Amino acid sequence: MVDRLEERALPTLGGAPSLAARVPVKAVGRFAKRQPLGAIGGVIIIVVTLVALLAPVIAPFGAKELARNETGKITVYASPSSEYLLGTDEVGRDTLSRLIYGARISLYVAFGSVLIGITGFFILGVVSAYAGGLFDLVVQRLVDTKMALPGLVIALAIMAVLGPSLNNVIIAIIIGLAPAIVRTVRSQVLSLKEMDYVLAARALGASPARIVFRHIAPNCFAIYLILATYYLGFAIILEASLSFLGVGAPPDEPSWGGMLTVAVQEYFSNYWVGVFPGLAIFIVVLGFNFLGDALRDIMDPRLRNRS
Amino acid sequence: MRDYVIKRIALFFPTLILATMLIFALFWLVPGDAAQLILGGGEEEAGQISIETIEKLREELGLNRPIYTQYGSWLWNVLQGDLGESIWYRTPVWDELGKRFLVTMELAIMAIIMAFVVAVPLGVIAAVKQNTMADYASRTIAMLGIAMPTFWLGLLVIYALVFFFDWLPPLRYARVWDDPFTNLQQFIFPALTLAFHDLAFTARVTRSSMLEVMREDYVRTARAKGLGEWVVLGRHALKNAILPVVTISGYQFGRLLGGVIIVESIFVVPGMGFFLIESIQHRDFVVLQAIVLLIAAVVLVLNLLIDLAYGILDPRIRYG
Repeated sequence: MVDRLEERALPTLGGAPSLAARVPVKAVGRFAKRQPLGAIGGVIIIVVTLVALLAPVIAPFGAKELARNETGKITVYASPSSEYLLGTDEVGRDTLSRLIYGARISLYVAFGSVLIGITGFFILGVVSAYAGGLFDLVVQRLVDTKMALPGLVIALAIMAVLGPSLNNVIIAIIIGLAPAIVRTVRSQVLSLKEMDYVLAARALGASPARIVFRHIAPNCFAIYLILATYYLGFAIILEASLSFLGVGAPPDEPSWGGMLTVAVQEYFSNYWVGVFPGLAIFIVVLGFNFLGDALRDIMDPRLRNRS
Repeated sequence: MRDYVIKRIALFFPTLILATMLIFALFWLVPGDAAQLILGGGEEEAGQISIETIEKLREELGLNRPIYTQYGSWLWNVLQGDLGESIWYRTPVWDELGKRFLVTMELAIMAIIMAFVVAVPLGVIAAVKQNTMADYASRTIAMLGIAMPTFWLGLLVIYALVFFFDWLPPLRYARVWDDPFTNLQQFIFPALTLAFHDLAFTARVTRSSMLEVMREDYVRTARAKGLGEWVVLGRHALKNAILPVVTISGYQFGRLLGGVIIVESIFVVPGMGFFLIESIQHRDFVVLQAIVLLIAAVVLVLNLLIDLAYGILDPRIRYG
């Protein structure tokens, strides 16, 4: 904290170079060495993002295209072969292609809900802690109440009211998951509020808005980044759960969760319908968790060794 | 202690009332009202029914009253144990929900016990043998539990059961008071599936809580005066470290009730979760509302009880 105060106090003397300038190849190498799991997580996320972006180029078939054999007949539940690497599903669509396009849905929903939800509730947490008083009390009671309702149950109820669509899934995830972070952010801000440099800023006559956005919020950035990383994983699972239960993404969209719905009826055969989409969810969520753990270790040494 | 109990209970009621308000408000946002749902099933078909019929039903159901009056009478009925009448089945919601609620609670309680029994030792081992193979193994299990979606794990469990034992989901679930043994046999796999996810969180919290406690002075004192390692860990460290674990298990139970919905729909358990999914498909918002309310009430009451138990377990709260 002392270092940061000095940085702020002497901005004209240069100080440390900006974060962007400090992230060359060397730093990435050091990160990989110190946090091997975090590096694996990072690679998983980069690969999935590329797959999602390049889906039309990589995917052998379209997401809704039906597989046909030489005679033009649709091949339902074709087992994995050289043509359909991961087999085809109940209406004859290529599983691999649907998985590739599915990455788009997972990432769209995850980034959409986390960017809007975590950011929004992060700001709410900061303001609530700093403002205190009645506003804080009301926000805290609302968050408490929300905590009594499991995220999935709330998200289901919201989807039932709004109807299935990807943007509604984002709304449901935001309300179902994000409010929990208000607490974490709030307790962080409450301790930051007592810091000497906040007192100094106030003594210099800085306005509350300036103190919050220039002095307190930036110091919560590490927490924001860590929480956002974890919540990207949670959001992917929640989207998949909603789609699995048939109320998330519209039925013919290639959502990983939705692809598993049919697998429940296929206990005996056609294992590929159930195994691969689940594996995709699992690997990506694992990636976000690995990265989250690594970020936490690096950015918040106090939390090291804690879990 | 008395002040603490009063304060905690005083905090309980506003939260509960706020929860009922939020739940009521959410379903009030449904496009079209109950009268339209009952008569036409949805907005699209509502045009074919005469406006007079709808108006008449609205009058009967009291939908013409201002929103706060509607909320008041709904809450009053709920307090008297009347959760309303299902739009789809036209029967009182509680008739069906009561049975299913017990099934779900049984499943959830089985799961949380299993999770607790496995997770606490796992967390303690990981903390005591920090940065050894045992620690990594237990952390890996925890990580798997968090990253693995419940429905996928459930599917894999079923695949394994089918593959190795030619297992089939039971056509009928035995009730625990009719045939406890069969009931246990039928519930064990759904409960295990549920427990695995929960176990991960509990083990993580136990580990970090233990690590923190083991650095405390009183643990060092206990060691210094020559107590055996088991006594130090059990009587001094774990006894204190378990408190946060108990606290989170209240919210954990809520999360578990969410997971139950998924597990029930995979293992075809006739519980509340199954009913909830069905009510969404039927657009039966009365049932949906009742289930969400019931879950919220269970979690809130459980958290209250845990906090009160805390007062007994932790002298710092009792005398503080």
